[in-house]
Amino acid sequence: MENLNSYLIVSAILFSIGTIGVLTRKNAIVIFMCIELMLNAVNLTFIAFSRHLGNLDGQVFVFFVMTVAAAEAAVGLALMIAFFNNKESIDVEDVNIMKW
Amino acid sequence: MDIITIPAVNLTPILPEIFLSVLAMALLLINVFVPSGQKSYLGYISFFGVVAAAVLVGAGWGGHIESFNGSVVLDNFASFFKIIFLVSAGLAILISDQYMEREGCNQGELYPLILFTVVGMMLMAAGTDLMTIFLGLEVMSVSLYVLAGFNRANLKSNEAGLKYFLLGAFSTGFLLYGMALIYGATGTTRIAKIAAVVGQAGLPSGNIMLLAGMLLMLTGFAFKIAAAPFHMWTPDVYEGAPTPMTAFMSAGPKAAGFAAALRILLVAFPTMQADWSQLLWILAVLTMTVGNITALRQDNIKRMLAYSSIAHAGYALVGFAAGNATGTAGILFYMLSYAFMNIGAFAIIVLVAKKGETNGNVADFAGFGFKHPVLAVAMSVFLFSLAGMPPTAGFIGKFYLFSGAIQKGYIWLAVIGVLNSAASVYYYLRVMVYMYMKEPTEEFDWMQVTAPVALCVAISVLGSLVPGIVPSLLLQFAQQAARLI
Repeated sequence: MENLNSYLIVSAILFSIGTIGVLTRKNAIVIFMCIELMLNAVNLTFIAFSRHLGNLDGQVFVFFVMTVAAAEAAVGLALMIAFFNNKESIDVEDVNIMKW
Repeated sequence: MDIITIPAVNLTPILPEIFLSVLAMALLLINVFVPSGQKSYLGYISFFGVVAAAVLVGAGWGGHIESFNGSVVLDNFASFFKIIFLVSAGLAILISDQYMEREGCNQGELYPLILFTVVGMMLMAAGTDLMTIFLGLEVMSVSLYVLAGFNRANLKSNEAGLKYFLLGAFSTGFLLYGMALIYGATGTTRIAKIAAVVGQAGLPSGNIMLLAGMLLMLTGFAFKIAAAPFHMWTPDVYEGAPTPMTAFMSAGPKAAGFAAALRILLVAFPTMQADWSQLLWILAVLTMTVGNITALRQDNIKRMLAYSSIAHAGYALVGFAAGNATGTAGILFYMLSYAFMNIGAFAIIVLVAKKGETNGNVADFAGFGFKHPVLAVAMSVFLFSLAGMPPTAGFIGKFYLFSGAIQKGYIWLAVIGVLNSAASVYYYLRVMVYMYMKEPTEEFDWMQVTAPVALCVAISVLGSLVPGIVPSLLLQFAQQAARLI
């Protein structure tokens, strides 16, 4: 496929947006959304390569990544709810009892 | 596109994994019918399950069976690591009951989650395909996020869980991106095939995509083994998580990270060793130094041991940077002895602490040596072993790690390691000074020592002394395990 590069560039941009989001945003849910964006950027990379190379390994990998992302979402949101119950906030600035 | 053929499935290599998964799911069901207050029985069942799994692993020692079309392998390397995971899980289960009972969160889900974590770690060690390793890593991590935040009523535990989750998932992103780039550069996710492609002249170490993929994957693993500069989550998570889970996390998952990283780098990228060796050299020095220097000024003992565990990851990285048989055997030996000595120390912390995780400072150990002489001697053994003094397992482990580095010609790395090790003596011995040379600030209350915790302490003392006195006992297995890779 000729335009493999454009797919890779798009996914690299998405990955970077996700990374920057994780590092700059304060809301735990928004951070988690940024992580999902990173994972989806990876999925795009896998699929582009899979199509380019003509083998299915990459697409199978994507299924697993999506499954795992769903499991992570369930656990992560549960942890956020537990935190919210005690602190009434999911701002990561408030995740601060332990320092140094 | 290849025609998909259904490969012959041989279940023998993953027998312990299957056994533990089925047991964990059965326990989840049984848990519903066990009245609260009797959840300890689940702990006993899972402890014996872990022992049975260890027997299964031991029975497979010496074999070399590939299965699932080469994505899982049973070899000595995997078996040795599986024993490390089972040891850390078994010891952690032994101390969980008393702790969870005291903190009022003895819910039955704890034990299945520990078993699932072990299954994930086993798949990481046995996986010979990036997909298997990724799945194992995630099974391990997702269960660990819950275990870190297990004490739902405790804000510190919530915080530990949330931090571990956000940073763990973040690092997974890097790991996956690395895997994607390696897949793109080599056209396969199978480690042996990657090695074949990388070994060909067509792919020199100058291949940017491959190099970037390896770097990103290394970043992901560095997060998991808590290597500096990716260690920031460690102290907070270790301090906030329930103490038995901290003990478990510092021994098992760290070893699992090493298992997967070792297999990938040594099997798939031996031709690029010059590249990754340099990198691990820097990582090892940073990790040891940051861990030890920060540990010097900690008052909370869990936090101190968290920084110490960073330093220990650094020592293991010394052996990894060497990348030879001695270094690899050293990592295997060290990780197993570390599981014993570290979980033993945490068992004593569980005993000394009071409800709500109070009484957890180094100063709270004042006078401990006179009040509880036997436990204090045990704690001293653990601390000596952690500090790496003869005749303990910690000394022999470090000896092999550093001699691996010297064989490779990394004299300075070994020197820095020894200096670090000397600095670490200060904060380990500080606990002993408090135990034996300070008057207690307050009267010791009656301290409950349940049978499982006592058993855990006894096993840990043996585990940190015997390999130190008779190293060949354990070392021959470590060498066999390291040879196959």
